[in-house]
Amino acid sequence: MPEVTLVEAVNLALGRAMEDDPDVVVLGEDVGVNGGVFRATAGLQKRFGAERVLDTPLAELLISGLCVGMAAQGLKPVGEIQFMGFIYPCLDQLVNHASRMRNRTQGRLTCPMVLRTPHGAGIRAPEHHSESTEAMLAHIPGLRVVIPSSPERAYGLLLAAIRDPDPVVFLEPTRLYRAAKGEVQDDGEALPLDRAFVLREGRDITLIGWGAVLKETMAAADALSAEGIAAEVIDLATLKPYDESTVLGSIAKTGRCLIVHEAAHTGGFGAEIAAFIAERGLSSLLAPVTRVTGYDTVIPMARLEQYYMPSVERIVTGARKVCQFS
Amino acid sequence: MASRRVNQDLPVIARFEVRHRNYLAPDGSIARPLPAFASDANLLIALYRAMVLLRLFDKKAVALQRTGRLGTYAVSLGQEAVSVGIASAMREEDVLLPSYRDNGALLWRGVKLEEILLFWGGDERGNCFSGPLHDFPFCVPVGSQAPHAAGVAYAFKLRKEPRVAVCLFGDGATSKGDVYEAMNFAGVHKLPVVFVATNNQWAISVPLRLQTGSETLAQKAIAAGFAGEQVDGSDVVAMRAAAEEAIAAARDGKGPHFIEAVTYRLGDHTTSDDASRYRSADEVQAHWKEEPIARLRAYLVGQKMWSKADEERLATECHERVEAAVERYLATAPRRPETMFDHLYADLPEVYTAQRRELAGEHDA
Repeated sequence: MPEVTLVEAVNLALGRAMEDDPDVVVLGEDVGVNGGVFRATAGLQKRFGAERVLDTPLAELLISGLCVGMAAQGLKPVGEIQFMGFIYPCLDQLVNHASRMRNRTQGRLTCPMVLRTPHGAGIRAPEHHSESTEAMLAHIPGLRVVIPSSPERAYGLLLAAIRDPDPVVFLEPTRLYRAAKGEVQDDGEALPLDRAFVLREGRDITLIGWGAVLKETMAAADALSAEGIAAEVIDLATLKPYDESTVLGSIAKTGRCLIVHEAAHTGGFGAEIAAFIAERGLSSLLAPVTRVTGYDTVIPMARLEQYYMPSVERIVTGARKVCQFS
Repeated sequence: MASRRVNQDLPVIARFEVRHRNYLAPDGSIARPLPAFASDANLLIALYRAMVLLRLFDKKAVALQRTGRLGTYAVSLGQEAVSVGIASAMREEDVLLPSYRDNGALLWRGVKLEEILLFWGGDERGNCFSGPLHDFPFCVPVGSQAPHAAGVAYAFKLRKEPRVAVCLFGDGATSKGDVYEAMNFAGVHKLPVVFVATNNQWAISVPLRLQTGSETLAQKAIAAGFAGEQVDGSDVVAMRAAAEEAIAAARDGKGPHFIEAVTYRLGDHTTSDDASRYRSADEVQAHWKEEPIARLRAYLVGQKMWSKADEERLATECHERVEAAVERYLATAPRRPETMFDHLYADLPEVYTAQRRELAGEHDA
């Protein structure tokens, strides 16, 4: 199988979806001639034409609103927001329209759209380019929020997102766009949208993460292994609706849990997972559920961003404490 | 105007104009030769009947709200000609994207009175209505349906379908980026979409002069690359004529159009509002002289197309229709609580089924 980067896997999935379904339309800033600032849509306009791969005016609210209108007409729009820091004008459309069109019309109109956006810090980008505000999206009923952490999952989950009959926000870990490489068979096979992926099995502690931090989380699991701690690593992959049973099953086995995310601590999606484990898995727990996250501060610009993001060392230290608790 | 401060020696590179359309003067007399469709008495009478029904329905809806049997409601009093005139020029296959005050357009397109009552009575089933299945429901977040209209129109263009999206919003909405972003995109792609701003002078308590420094709302289309016109929004003949031309041109591939319907909101913003707090009775009284129903009636009576007996028959008929609809609305039992999870997703994810069951259990107990 050919080895591709995560962003190439996104490109393969978009091409496959457009090939399979003439209703799939790709739109966003610079997605056409330029092929996207990260090259996620490279070559698509040449293959499918400027009507199906369209460069929009520089207006994010518009991109999300167009998707709602197109989707209500039966198209399957895939909008791109260039960086997560620019997604906020889309919130009105996501909260008030995309996520509730089906419900408020009792199924008369639906919204099969995908909004893709790069997620997270770590590429020394300018201000407002390094956000990870997935928790506020995962709070919106009627929406699906997905974030892959490998080329294989980017391909399979994006195909699933585009084929899904409901709106999906698809977050792509910027830091892994080129750093993550893996074999991807462009066979049109989708992955399920409601499953977490166990990346590594272990009996001593469960490490749960999503997106780019899984790179550090896997490295931390290696380091812990050298200390005799067998960590199980779960890629949550879909934050809404998340896979409760995989989480609970793992906690039942290990009794200990550390949640890792890049987003700020307070009100982050880790809080949801921790509360869920407290509600449903307390009897399995041998130690308090703990979080290693970004700090409760504005995401710093390039010079300090590495101090903000969860490091292998912070994850190892955090996991060690959870394992030592008795 | 800023342009006056520019050096007069510099060449003019663009000039724009905005025209105003009206046919019937406020007293029902003919201000300028009527468009061709006005020779069709049946059509004029249909427009008249729709406006009368809407006004009576509004009155009943307010009475229901005042007696605790309906939620907040927005009346169309004074501006009935806009939504009725616009909808009357649409085809079934066109797509309507209404604001929350466009009952007249929904009714014209086949939505039932009781469905509108259901919506304002707090039941989502009112949005699953008997009008064209592809029409959008009322849009409450002001102007946020404008980008949808552009998306719908883009789908028509992509599929080469001769259909038109028609988007209605108020004067307040023209201050929002949503509307401008949508118009800008529609201009770029020459989309089959007609934007209609019902300029009723008031966005709740904010008068137009605090909404914009622009001389007209119609000229806002010019910056988006297409024409805007101002229409007497209390003249249903003018509204119908403007809509007919704009929709036909859009269907014909000639691109978008903007209609500023200048009218006046004679009623409160909604049943939760008291307009006497921010505008004078004299101002409102003056605008009663322009209202669309008396205007068209005066014309029809003058042309011997309508009689006192017709008027009485219509009043009885509307009354019966509204009363029957109210009965059906009041007889509609609320949905079971757990149905709030229905249509949340195409298939409810397993993880939310427990919450649905909890609601169902509480209800049974």
